[in-house]
Amino acid sequence: MNAREVFRAGEHGLLVELGSGEATEAFHAELLRRREAGTLPVVREIVPAARTVLLDGVADPGRLAAELRSWDVPELHARVAAAVELPVRYDGPDLAGVAALWGVSVEAAVRIHAATEFRVAFCGFAPGFGYLTGLGPRYEVPRRATPRTAVPAGSVALAGPYTGVYPRSSPGGWQLVGTTDAVLWDTGREPAALLSPGTRVRFTAVDR
Amino acid sequence: MTDRAVAVVRAGALTTVQDLGRPGHAHLGVPRSGALDPGAVRLVNRLLGNDEGAAVLETTLTGCAVRPRRAVTVAVGGAPCPVRVDGRPVAWGAAVRMGAGRLLEVGAAVRGLRSYVGFGGGIAVEPVLGSRSTDLLSGLGPEPLADGAVLPLGAAPVVRGAVDAPPWPGPPDELVLRVRLGPRDGWFTPGALEAFATRVWRVSPASNRIGLRTEGPALERAVAGELPSEGMSLGAVQVPPDGRPVVFLADHPTTGGYPVVAVVRERDLAAAAQAVPGTPVRFVPFR
Repeated sequence: MNAREVFRAGEHGLLVELGSGEATEAFHAELLRRREAGTLPVVREIVPAARTVLLDGVADPGRLAAELRSWDVPELHARVAAAVELPVRYDGPDLAGVAALWGVSVEAAVRIHAATEFRVAFCGFAPGFGYLTGLGPRYEVPRRATPRTAVPAGSVALAGPYTGVYPRSSPGGWQLVGTTDAVLWDTGREPAALLSPGTRVRFTAVDR
Repeated sequence: MTDRAVAVVRAGALTTVQDLGRPGHAHLGVPRSGALDPGAVRLVNRLLGNDEGAAVLETTLTGCAVRPRRAVTVAVGGAPCPVRVDGRPVAWGAAVRMGAGRLLEVGAAVRGLRSYVGFGGGIAVEPVLGSRSTDLLSGLGPEPLADGAVLPLGAAPVVRGAVDAPPWPGPPDELVLRVRLGPRDGWFTPGALEAFATRVWRVSPASNRIGLRTEGPALERAVAGELPSEGMSLGAVQVPPDGRPVVFLADHPTTGGYPVVAVVRERDLAAAAQAVPGTPVRFVPFR
């Protein structure tokens, strides 16, 4: 599935729109492959999102636009690289509600979440906040009708098709299903972000 | 802390440490940040013989006052304002040597909004992801200045500044922003695009380092509904549900869900940073 539309985004930017989330992740992976291989012109920012990838700081966007329309992008396949494991206490205040929305028991909801292999589709909202895909459309949940004014750091949460982990305490409207002690964002560390677009992630249930 | 430092005597309405920002991390949700008027930062640093990207103070309308603990060369640029050392007027837009313990007062902007206060050696707070800039959206970098805070300075440069007559375009009476339409101009009616190119907005007092908000006609959408989150560029003209364009500045979020009708040329954004509330704003599309 290689349908893609390319829009100009300013003097030096391009916004590439793909047909689906999977196609977007595959296109983003292709961009990183080509950058790694040295066959991509210099691009200051490559910002994947739900259905798009923004390329900014491109010297000749017209030329790059023409080129990337013709790319043959392979489907995304699981790479051999190890997944980041995040130990989670499934003790979130919205866990029972999420299980009810899924029509399963709380125990089954935990098993489903912990058995899923996730992938960071994109980041945003706050430094180090990843939008993780993998659960599939059957498990989409709405945001809470009333956002919380303070969601604790390390909260594992669901909204729409995504799972996310709050890197620090902030307001938030996602459904909280658990807590991890993993440090998602630490500017004293290299890299600062534990999760970046393309990272594979697994959640493992722990008691404490 | 060594005496190579400045103490904040009067922080002003909003004074932050800024350099040229931290581009290249947008994919992690990290805004570019950095001075809203980067040309003024480069100029101040050239006056001082600093590296162009050395960290300076960015004031907002009301200036600030600081007391260096040792002798240091200072320079103030950006929005013109009265500058005093121990109450005595000194030059704006020039390198000024001042003794240890003297008081540097940067007055309220006479025109424009943001003045830049540079020190020989630059402000030497610990960089975060390669930049010392305060990012007000995500909280990276040092806190905004507070009365009584102390900021470390770097070692004074060995070379002297190399500019005698600094050029400064002056704040605009009318803010003319040249824009390239898209990526989501297709989400607006032809009438809205016509209005966008011909009508006049005014700078809203709700503007900040994240975005220049406007007051004026609402742009009518041709496509209803929301856009799945997508990457946002510096200078993006985002149109929220109220229809009034918002121009994204340095601390803008890296992704957003409202359509971007056009993107402002980067070199026009410094003027946007100096436009006081009430300034008329026009958007001029180019191809």
